[in-house]
Amino acid sequence: MNIQGWGEIALTLGLAVLLGWPIGIYMSRVWNGERTWLDPVLKPVEAVFYGAAGVDPKRSQGWLGYAGALLAFNLAGFVLLYAILRLQGVLPLNPQGFAGVSPHLAFNTAVSFVTNTNWQSYGGEATMSTFSQMVGLTVQNFVSAATGATIAAALARGFVAHRGEGVGNFWADLTRTTLYVLLPAAFVLAVVLAGLGIVQSLAANVQATGVEGGTQTLPLFPAASQVAIKQLGINGGGVFNVNGAHPFENPSPLTNLITAVAINVMGWAAFFAFGRTALAGRDIKALATAAVIILTVSSAAMYAIETQPAPALVAAHVDASANMEGKEVRFGVPASTIWSVVTTGASNGSVNAMHASFMPLGGGLQMFLMQLGEILPGGIGSGIAIMVVMALLSVFVAGLMVGRTPEYLGKKIEAREIQFAMIAVLVLPLAILGFSAVSAVFPTALAGLLNDGPHGLSEILYAYTSAAANNGSAFAGLTANAPWWNTTLGLGMLFGRFIPAVAVLAIAGSLVVKPKLAPSAGALPTDNGLFIGLLIGVILILGGLQFLPALALGPIVEHFQVLAAVAGA
Amino acid sequence: MVNSFRPAIVMMALFTLLLGLAYPLAVTGIAQAAFPGQANGSLVRDAGGRVVGSALIGQPFVGATYLHPRPSAAGDGYDAAASSGSNMGPLNPDLAARVAENAQAIRAEDGAGVIPADAVTTSGSGLDPDVSPAYARLQAARIARARGVSVQQVQTIIDSQTEGAFLGFIGQPRVNVLLTNRALDARFGAEG
Repeated sequence: MNIQGWGEIALTLGLAVLLGWPIGIYMSRVWNGERTWLDPVLKPVEAVFYGAAGVDPKRSQGWLGYAGALLAFNLAGFVLLYAILRLQGVLPLNPQGFAGVSPHLAFNTAVSFVTNTNWQSYGGEATMSTFSQMVGLTVQNFVSAATGATIAAALARGFVAHRGEGVGNFWADLTRTTLYVLLPAAFVLAVVLAGLGIVQSLAANVQATGVEGGTQTLPLFPAASQVAIKQLGINGGGVFNVNGAHPFENPSPLTNLITAVAINVMGWAAFFAFGRTALAGRDIKALATAAVIILTVSSAAMYAIETQPAPALVAAHVDASANMEGKEVRFGVPASTIWSVVTTGASNGSVNAMHASFMPLGGGLQMFLMQLGEILPGGIGSGIAIMVVMALLSVFVAGLMVGRTPEYLGKKIEAREIQFAMIAVLVLPLAILGFSAVSAVFPTALAGLLNDGPHGLSEILYAYTSAAANNGSAFAGLTANAPWWNTTLGLGMLFGRFIPAVAVLAIAGSLVVKPKLAPSAGALPTDNGLFIGLLIGVILILGGLQFLPALALGPIVEHFQVLAAVAGA
Repeated sequence: MVNSFRPAIVMMALFTLLLGLAYPLAVTGIAQAAFPGQANGSLVRDAGGRVVGSALIGQPFVGATYLHPRPSAAGDGYDAAASSGSNMGPLNPDLAARVAENAQAIRAEDGAGVIPADAVTTSGSGLDPDVSPAYARLQAARIARARGVSVQQVQTIIDSQTEGAFLGFIGQPRVNVLLTNRALDARFGAEG
């Protein structure tokens, strides 16, 4: 560990929060339908969308209508992407000559991109044609991110309304977030990244004859345009098999810094946008502070963990000051560890180093960050929405202790809200632990493992954690491109995405009809240090109690095995 | 939900046209016009214009006159069509065996200096174009011997190809293997 490393880590975390602030204000203006400086260009485009679709963007929908529209749109996206992947062989722009994708892989990949997970059962350059990458995957990178944002926009309106009715218009929220926020940001970032060396070409492959005579096939794709939105949309699915570790997807320390910041910036922006739209800036800053605290502590821990001596290096008597297995020289340990923290704390899931080869506690920490519910800062909108659910549970717990009806942001929190909040947070353990338990004893499932023992269990646990939390990163030793894994992971992603989404919209619908209460001295203040402490406690206890037993059998026991191996070498 | 089907399908179609075609094609057009070198893979060509590789993608070197890259888990090694890390956990016995074997081979070729970690570990992509300056330094004497030149001459080439961290703290100092070997060939001749 050195001062440069700490500096790089602090810069990566800090830049994302700082840039998220102004973007969040802008995002809130977009959600609220206020004037923006892009109106002259985009208003006409927006009108075309509404006109063709036959929707009235001004009509506020009830929560059921809003949720129905959300599900219908995502179903249409799933069907389209599934069809593109299956028909890839006969579609144009397939210079690689790839055949159609198998049914279970097409199901898995379509679900994965629609749910904003971007789990990679596919092999990127070895499976996906240029057409599939562009017309299929890139589109879902945008609209799945915007779908997440709509959930937060609706929830925020639930808190502002005084005996209101609707939670907003799904089509307007979706279209405006995509056109005004994601598209311009991705366009600028894509051009910058292409200038910095990320490939952007419609050609297929370049054949090279190496200096020593061997041949090499260099795969080209329109990668910069996809990488830009995969990061900004907090999706994470790579153009290439190894994602952000691939030099064509992340060629230099500078592109690495820019894309690592891009992973988090829109998540933070959605926090601040929620605060502005819900007229609760101070309270939401408290939520952001709690997230920053957990993320900062995790980043420091991860850096320390990855500079512990790795047993294979110690045994071979080579320099063991950095666990470089699975890491790129241009990034080294600091840039690899901070990326792994931000990608798992957000629901991004892109990687610039192989998580499977991290030290056991490093892999365990990555899993734990996902298991907290993807709220640090999570996906665009989906992160702040679940963080608000955590805040509701916190005021509920506090309310139980002092015997008062809890309130949050001027709304009474009653049985119905807490029931839906519990549904939103219990999906994760159910999907993760349920599927993991079955897979751990199912021979067909076990055939996919690369590593034995506790690390094998970690591969299973990581896969379902990543799927249900809609993260998408992997302990990639697992050969997940098989019917059992593709199907169950696909189900995990669906449960983990749409059950919390509908539950949050139900909370919004329940809140929107309630009267807005004036602040009173009896209510628990939710913008101070005491509440931040309570919230962190609820988040950690909820995550810890549910998952610690499973983690103890995987990464934690492996950690002690590593200590024993290093001591014995 | 049912009465949302029509807007869902229409919106999906419009988004596909805008985000799946217009957006990537516009970025491709700009990138191809403004940065054709980067957009097409930062290719490296020989005097005759033949593509010998990409400055961003590692390739195997085994000759004693060349700087050697890190071990690779991509296909049979540096297979750019099949990027991959080893994905082995820290206690995987195959990892320990491979590291020990690589360390032994390096000691046999490059002497008894301290071996840096990157020399015996596979990268995340399997296509790492770089090695650490420490690993390059370890190889300088062997390259000099094989080419019949002084260690200082080789080290000078390596130093000229060493790139520092961005702004001194973003990323790590590194030596590009392909570019260094091209520089060695340019300076001392391809046959060493």
